[in-house]
Amino acid sequence: MREELLKIQEQGSVELNNAQSLEELNQLRIKYLGKKGLLTQVLRGMGSLEASERPIVGQLANEIRDSLEQCLAAKNKYLQEKALLLRLEEEVIDVTLPGRPIKFGNKHPLTLILEEIKGIFTGMGFTVADGPEVELDYYNFEALNIPKDHPARDMQDSFYITDEILLRTHTSPVQARVMQAMTPELPVKIIAPGKVFRRDDDATHSPMFHQVEGLLVDNKITFADLKGTLLSFVRQMFGSDRQIRLRPSYFPFTEPSAEVDVSCFNCGGQGCRVCKDTGWIEILGSGMVHPNVLQMSGYNPEQVTGFAFGMGVERIAMLKYGIDDLRLLFENDVRFLSQF
Amino acid sequence: MQVSLKWLKDYIDLNLSTEELANYLTMAGLEVDSINKLGEGISKVVSGEILEVKPHPNADKLVVCAVNVGQENAPLTIVTGAPNVRPGMKVPVAIVGAKLPDGPQIKKAVFRGIESYGMLCSAQELGIDPTGLPAEEREGIMSLPPSTPLGIPIQEVLGLDDEVLELELTPNRSDCLGMINIAREIGALTSASLKLPKISHEGNNDVIDQMASVEIVDSDLCRRYVARIIKDVKIEPSPLWLQQRLQAAGMRSINNIVDVTNFVMLEMGQPLHAFDYDKLEEHKIIVRRAKENETIVTLDGIQRKLDKDMLIIADATKPVAIAGVMGGFDTEVTSETNTILLESAFFEGASIRKTSRKLGLRSEASSRFEKGINLDGSLEAINRAVDLIEELGAGVAVPGKIDVFPSKPEKVVIKFRPSRANYILGTDISSQQMLKYFKSLSFECVQENNDLFLVTVPSYRRDITLEIDLVEEIARLYGYSNIPTTLPQSTMTQSKKTSIQALEEKVKNTLVGMGMKEIITYSFIGSKSFDKLRLKDSHPWRNCIEIKNPLSDDQNVMRTTLIPGLMEIASKNIHRRQLNLCLFESGNVFIPQGSNHLPLEEPHIAALVTGGLGKAWNTSFEKFDFYYLKGVLEQLFSQLNQGNINFIPTKNYSSFHPGRTAEIVINDEVIGVIGEIHPLVLEEYDVDQKIWLFELNLSPLLSGFSKIKEFEPLPKYPPVERDMAIIVPEQVITSQVDQKIAAVGGKYLIQYHLFDIYRGEQIPKGFKSMAYNMIYQAQDRTLTDKEVSDIHNRIQQELQASFGAKLR
Repeated sequence: MREELLKIQEQGSVELNNAQSLEELNQLRIKYLGKKGLLTQVLRGMGSLEASERPIVGQLANEIRDSLEQCLAAKNKYLQEKALLLRLEEEVIDVTLPGRPIKFGNKHPLTLILEEIKGIFTGMGFTVADGPEVELDYYNFEALNIPKDHPARDMQDSFYITDEILLRTHTSPVQARVMQAMTPELPVKIIAPGKVFRRDDDATHSPMFHQVEGLLVDNKITFADLKGTLLSFVRQMFGSDRQIRLRPSYFPFTEPSAEVDVSCFNCGGQGCRVCKDTGWIEILGSGMVHPNVLQMSGYNPEQVTGFAFGMGVERIAMLKYGIDDLRLLFENDVRFLSQF
Repeated sequence: MQVSLKWLKDYIDLNLSTEELANYLTMAGLEVDSINKLGEGISKVVSGEILEVKPHPNADKLVVCAVNVGQENAPLTIVTGAPNVRPGMKVPVAIVGAKLPDGPQIKKAVFRGIESYGMLCSAQELGIDPTGLPAEEREGIMSLPPSTPLGIPIQEVLGLDDEVLELELTPNRSDCLGMINIAREIGALTSASLKLPKISHEGNNDVIDQMASVEIVDSDLCRRYVARIIKDVKIEPSPLWLQQRLQAAGMRSINNIVDVTNFVMLEMGQPLHAFDYDKLEEHKIIVRRAKENETIVTLDGIQRKLDKDMLIIADATKPVAIAGVMGGFDTEVTSETNTILLESAFFEGASIRKTSRKLGLRSEASSRFEKGINLDGSLEAINRAVDLIEELGAGVAVPGKIDVFPSKPEKVVIKFRPSRANYILGTDISSQQMLKYFKSLSFECVQENNDLFLVTVPSYRRDITLEIDLVEEIARLYGYSNIPTTLPQSTMTQSKKTSIQALEEKVKNTLVGMGMKEIITYSFIGSKSFDKLRLKDSHPWRNCIEIKNPLSDDQNVMRTTLIPGLMEIASKNIHRRQLNLCLFESGNVFIPQGSNHLPLEEPHIAALVTGGLGKAWNTSFEKFDFYYLKGVLEQLFSQLNQGNINFIPTKNYSSFHPGRTAEIVINDEVIGVIGEIHPLVLEEYDVDQKIWLFELNLSPLLSGFSKIKEFEPLPKYPPVERDMAIIVPEQVITSQVDQKIAAVGGKYLIQYHLFDIYRGEQIPKGFKSMAYNMIYQAQDRTLTDKEVSDIHNRIQQELQASFGAKLR
């Protein structure tokens, strides 16, 4: 019996070691260690042994079982790993194939710029105000210190609906509307983005375009504050090393008025094609709110002051994205839109 | 305004570089747009005289000229192909070694066997705009005045040793439409000293009063009229210096008299006009409005119809000029003219502006009147012109003047507080410094006390009427760049957006997230669009705001729908072979509220799909259909927190397919439409693929959007899932079945959805099979099998009762 057991051990360990697959291994487990396996069969003959032999043979049998089980476990682990490796190898894919097309759309570049501008000014505590696109002559001109027959009306050729109603030529009427609605509350601190219209249609003019107006009226608002606010805007919009330059200009609703240039973000001010070799790019108009405008809107210009500014969104979009043709913005070619 | 530096130096001592000067002007608000360096790149081009012109022995189109360039040696032989050369003509000659702005160096050359020692030049070759020249010189060689000395560098002859600044003036600074005032401005900025011309006094009026009379009838449009008379007039070409001045300013030389009037206009900003005195009926000048249907032939030979809003100058019988706009042909100064009457007047800008617009006539004079000229400058300007005419020997002044000046304006005296200026600017400029600035501008200044000046502004600075205007002058002279940069010391504010702004943003973000591209089109459309959309005459979209002065018929009304914009863009893209499109636009439509009221501006959103989702290596091409777009819309509603939405089939939209269109209804209000575009509309837009589109009004979505979502506790008890497949007649629509299921299912039916529609084998014709998946669940316990079955069966029975639905 002892010999039989040793033979099982020897034969078993050889067979287990030679097993090629997990199934084969399972067969061998049943063959040697199963309920009806070889080991069990041999042990059934224990009864025929002498009492003194039994514990010795029993111990031997247990040792052999342990040994075979270890052998089985090791082989099982080995085969498992091998099978996994094999599977992983079979599952190779071409990871350079493109991914599943997940669709995402595009906002219009003007919307992106508008959102950026709004974000900057709301961050500085400005409220976003709206006004109508079809506007009264009164708000578009008169309340802004541009009476009838004022030569400044020439600067802005208008689309008229009736003698008193027109398509707004700028977002500035929102200034007057908001002030009239808020007086005497302070501060008035708004930006007003929107569509505006002028009778011009050529390579560099679109009959409809977008502006953002800004207005801050409060006690002790100075021209120096205007400079600081615009510098902060320009640096957030165009980069933290930008400079601004204010030049005297003329708008009927501000005084003093200033045209604002930003140092060229293409060349840094050395002079290049973008800035026409001047180092500066004109980006917005601004000034201190004219006392007549404050007065007409119900504020006492002796007690409050304010500044206002206005910028063209198309121009900023073109500068920022390097778009060289205004018309692209309104052609809405999807190959253009997809780039933003 | 074109400013010749050579000319400018007549009035001011300049020792700045041109670039420095340009920078001073730009930073003081007189923006220099460009600097044009005349004669740049020209060397060794001199004045010469053609002595002889002989045909070329070997070439028909060439001639051989002998040209004297003033040297002692023999004349130069020069071969040219220009048609306009003749002996005695004085011309610009580029001698061997010369350089021209855009050309190579001139070398000795051989033309068909004849050696040529230079080149005769055209205006263009010298970088001169040829528009003002006689026709033959525009094509050929430029001719120089007969009096030109020989061998002189051409820059000197033509005044090309000059630089011209192009000033872009703002409307308030019309004073700088005169050279002298520009010089004054530079004087204030740089402290350079001025050299103004001496102007003689007109003498007493005895003679002139006998010769002519002036009457202003409409003094609301003409506030001053000064006349002087010149006799023994000799009309001749102007001397070179005068021609050069005008040319540098972009004007053409005509004759000595006209040139003097233009010169003085450019110098002092006051337009002048010269009449042939003898052709003025009764030697009368009457300034009045034209009579209805009066006409005049203007200088350009065109007969113009006048109306009673136009101011004219008339003699005793007829109009002789359109005031401030253009003179009349009949009274024009010609070579026959003996005596002239000079006019220096002030016409109201608004009236001139209207007249010149109506007639489509704009001139240097009219644009100056429009912007406003110096009321006090009329006499000085006319006296200056008379001086110049006498200086040129072009005539003899009749002493005296006629000066009709009905109401002289008060001097403008402005109270100015230095503290106020510092308050507004955020500066700390001393009163003494401010006083200096005013003095440099020739503003008279009386210091009343420490913080009050009385400032009298010269009459040519019409833009300054208020204290704030003086504050701007201080800021300009102090320099905007010297003003500090600070941030406002203002109360803390919260930045707000209106709920409609927030809603629009959310809509855009959601649609973009679903693969849609945003477009932006004009708020106006062509009224033709309504026809293209096949709208009935009574359709509400046709009730729109019309633009009185549109640029074209494609932009003549304010849009009442976003559909035309989307359709146009889709069509354009399809024609560019972009066949798969997902587009949307967010914008206002305009609904009339009566002609005296502003329209209602309604925020709309519209979206369009056509084509399909492109095929990739692992997906197939997915064609768009109605349900794709509806899916987009449903997702949008879900993102916007909208419930209770219904889609009601409709045939009322003639732009859409009558069987594939639904009205979008929310809380019983129709807010928009979704459907397939009608095939005939597609044809109108020249599109041969199907398009699906929705448009809706955003305002009704606001209340749902603004509502804060309320949390629902997660279920604690298990759900029971059951399916139900029913066969119903085709005409039963899904929304009816859904409503019934929801109503009968009650609160335990927490979810149901249609997961299959089947037609075909085993289903009779005219019927369809609809398969629903239902989930039953209670919040407070586990539902028993019986409870679920009861509800499920009841639903089935009700469906059978209502729609004849049979279990499949």
